[in-house]
Amino acid sequence: MVSFLKEAEELFEEYKDYIPTHREICEIIENKEFLTKEDLAKLLNVSSKEDIMLMAKKAQKLTRENFGKVILLYAPLYIANYCQNGCVYCGFSCRKKYKREKLSFEEIENELRKMKEEGIDSVIILTGEDRINSSVEYIEKACRIATDFMSEVSIEVYPLYEEEYKRLSSIGVVGITVYQETYQREDYDKLHPFGPKKDFEFRLNAPERALKAGFHEVCVGPLLGLSHPKKDVLCAILHAEYLLDKFPKAEISISFPRFRSAGTDFTPSYTVSDKEFIKFLLIARLYLPRVGIVVSTRERPSLRDVLIDVCITKMSAGSKTTVGGYAEEKDEDAEAQFEVEDRRSVSEVVDVIIRKGLRPEFTNWVKGVKSV
Amino acid sequence: MFEIGGKRLKSRLFVGTGKLPDYSLIEKMYYEAGIEVFAVAVRRIGPNTKHTKNVLEYIPKDATIMVNTSGAQDHKEAVKIAMIGRELTDSDWVKVEIEKDTKYLFPDSFETLKACEILVKEGFKVFPYIYPDLNLAKELEQIGVEAVMPLGSPIGTNKGIGCEVLLKPIINEIKIPVIIDAGIGRPSHAAQAMEMGAEAVLINTAIATSADPLKMAIAFAKAVEAGRLAFEVGILKEYEYAQASSPLEDFISG
Repeated sequence: MVSFLKEAEELFEEYKDYIPTHREICEIIENKEFLTKEDLAKLLNVSSKEDIMLMAKKAQKLTRENFGKVILLYAPLYIANYCQNGCVYCGFSCRKKYKREKLSFEEIENELRKMKEEGIDSVIILTGEDRINSSVEYIEKACRIATDFMSEVSIEVYPLYEEEYKRLSSIGVVGITVYQETYQREDYDKLHPFGPKKDFEFRLNAPERALKAGFHEVCVGPLLGLSHPKKDVLCAILHAEYLLDKFPKAEISISFPRFRSAGTDFTPSYTVSDKEFIKFLLIARLYLPRVGIVVSTRERPSLRDVLIDVCITKMSAGSKTTVGGYAEEKDEDAEAQFEVEDRRSVSEVVDVIIRKGLRPEFTNWVKGVKSV
Repeated sequence: MFEIGGKRLKSRLFVGTGKLPDYSLIEKMYYEAGIEVFAVAVRRIGPNTKHTKNVLEYIPKDATIMVNTSGAQDHKEAVKIAMIGRELTDSDWVKVEIEKDTKYLFPDSFETLKACEILVKEGFKVFPYIYPDLNLAKELEQIGVEAVMPLGSPIGTNKGIGCEVLLKPIINEIKIPVIIDAGIGRPSHAAQAMEMGAEAVLINTAIATSADPLKMAIAFAKAVEAGRLAFEVGILKEYEYAQASSPLEDFISG
């Protein structure tokens, strides 16, 4: 499983100082149907605006050919923020002292009802990592309720065992998101000083366990800023490719969330500029034309609006990142896992998508198929 | 007029709806391009929301819905999706699409065959999306599918008829209609498919992602019609050298 990490490491080392010429970039982008891993490593070092625009043009073409003029919309539902992890950067870290909450099943239903009223039909259920307060049984029951309301239910919870994923898959949960945070072991170790999340490989292997258990869709990626961004992007892209190769029928998505402050005093070692961020998304599209690319409300509206024209296939809208944030007004900044930059309503996001000649879509999977 | 799946149709252009920028185009295509068959991915038949209406609400009642099982990973899922699709649409036309992978979206022949066997028995009008594989096409014909839908080239690639030498034997050898599906990027590709003797073509990406989907649908409809007419008249043989319009033989034999 970790062979792709070694490969990424070697590639990165070999090409980290390699600056491709404009001609070489044109050759890669315009004449190749599929990029090689070496091309991928080289493109990470592209910096001129002209070359990035060239990449954008090709990325847009590939996105439209493979995904059409459709943007899938979803919203996250945070059902609990109990956490046993001491992650130094996260707003849910158990080191952070604030009121921990866990929604009752009735509250979960209220949240879902409110989300449904806003037009959401695809939800991701999130918890912190706490097997006692947010047990698998609790998550399973929450997902069962969600499947009554939504056409599509996914999870972004702590890594589970294959048998546990099977339980969720059997009740109709179709997708999981597991961010590796960083693919660099040493940094990972420092950033996660204690708690179950410290197990790098258990997390890294979670997508594979989920796909083996019957999940249709997996989203992977790093949290940009925690470690060397280019290296993490390279690892994430090769991770997605590894999963595609091993589970060719699965739908793999990739996302590059950038670090956002979450009420901790953590300052990331790296910052990722808009230009770099855009370039990373374009490279992902060029290298993996059929992989979904997700952008969350961590990014500001103007940037998200531009990206949906180019390479994004799925985005969150109207997100609340506090527990119980849909049914009642909460102080988002004080209790959220991260700061939301795009606070527009679902309606506002939908309007933008339509204005751009695209179709907002809330359904991607057939409800009930997993109960075959 | 031609007959397929128990229906008499005028247009041999079938259109997929999955990649359309706006479902209201469906009605325009029906009235202005004469398209009568619309393929609808069951996975995308969502309920009405505050912001979007169910795709089925846009399909004229006299049009034919071909439910599509795309997203199915095996025959069991495909059968289940077809059942759900029939319930939702009241249409028994089903395009069996079970992909082997998400990179090329190539059909999984083994699972497709199994799904078709079950769906034919369940009374569906079955239209399997397949590789251009004559043996598979023959087996499906035996099972009792309505038509086979071999790919022209991989889905969404706009590469056109990339495997004529494999498609032609299927058109020649089997009695049921052959609908070329996937990869057709230009009206001229569609005309080529029809000239080869395909009964119909199914297009999605080339229309849906064009700058003007309605106009492009009309262009495709005309190309399909032209290709079919040419096929019916008989396409002339190609020659290596110029052929005189008043051959020399006429003078010699006279």
